[in-house]
Amino acid sequence: MRFSGAIAAALLTASIVGAAEIPQTDRRSGYSFMAPDTRVMQDDDTANPGMLWVLDGEALWKRKAGAAEKACADCHGDARVGMMGVAARYPAFDRATGRPVDLEQRINSCRTSQQQATPLPFESRELLALTAFVARQSQGVPIETGADPQLAPFIAKGRELYTQRQGQLNLACANCHDDNWDKRLAGAAITQAHPTGYPLYRLEWQSLGSLQRRLRACITGIRAQAYDYGAPELVELELYLMSRAKGMAMEAPGVRP
Amino acid sequence: MASAMINVPAKARRGDIIEIKTLMSHIMEPGYRHKASGEVVPRDIITSFTCRFNGNEIFRADLFPAVAANPFITFFTTATESGKFEFEWIGDKGFSETASASISVE
Repeated sequence: MRFSGAIAAALLTASIVGAAEIPQTDRRSGYSFMAPDTRVMQDDDTANPGMLWVLDGEALWKRKAGAAEKACADCHGDARVGMMGVAARYPAFDRATGRPVDLEQRINSCRTSQQQATPLPFESRELLALTAFVARQSQGVPIETGADPQLAPFIAKGRELYTQRQGQLNLACANCHDDNWDKRLAGAAITQAHPTGYPLYRLEWQSLGSLQRRLRACITGIRAQAYDYGAPELVELELYLMSRAKGMAMEAPGVRP
Repeated sequence: MASAMINVPAKARRGDIIEIKTLMSHIMEPGYRHKASGEVVPRDIITSFTCRFNGNEIFRADLFPAVAANPFITFFTTATESGKFEFEWIGDKGFSETASASISVE
């Protein structure tokens, strides 16, 4: 209740919503909104709990799975070399389905087609661990998502969702994250919604979580019906947000309050 | 897939104050929460953490349900001689994990 009251208060203080895009020079990672203690937690690998998933992911990367008895490493080799910069290009266009897929979906499609194994459930420890391990190899790499021209119509759809008012509170993502990112919602900073650190460890979750989990939490917060995990709408939103953060450095696994 | 992360300096000078950092993967389920069906989710926490240096206990902590998931425990000690730190976490449901790290003191 406190939370929704704060949303209403933030809206009242907001001027007429202009949905102006954030100028390139004003773009800031969620990291820069955090308290110094939380930043230290992210920066120090031995204090960053996200690294526990990265370690698990490294073990899974080398483990044989499925009827094909193949490990990720059997095709892709050393992830430190082969996976560098890969997460910075996701979601990417998938030729087989003619749609964008995010990193979790790519890992699962590799599991079913190459390893002939069952796909891992969304938000399972294994899928988060593999995603975190792959994303970690892009730490510091500038985001390049959206360079493929085939993605253009899906980025446009994602932007449409981002600016579409929805839910009982009748809010679009842009109402907070474009128009009010320099303000606070209750005690929490409203950030610019650049997904630079996913999958990331949220202290509130006491766990690592995906960008889809974060988006679903935000959608529930404006009291709209959240899309299911893997829904095309969520992937299009992910795609738009990543292309909007183009050029910013990858931080995965990030830490956020 | 329980795993620990340990940060102990590999080298130190005699008399130096050194920081030891440990992070252990654990859900730390407090035992106060309920499932949708009303049943209590049973407590599953780490209850004890111990650090020994060359066999002698130098640090111990008792953990309780209020401790967050993936406990991060850090403490300081004085480097006296080269040797081995041994860490042990014990908890509910037979949880028991160990880790070790060596230091050379000049």
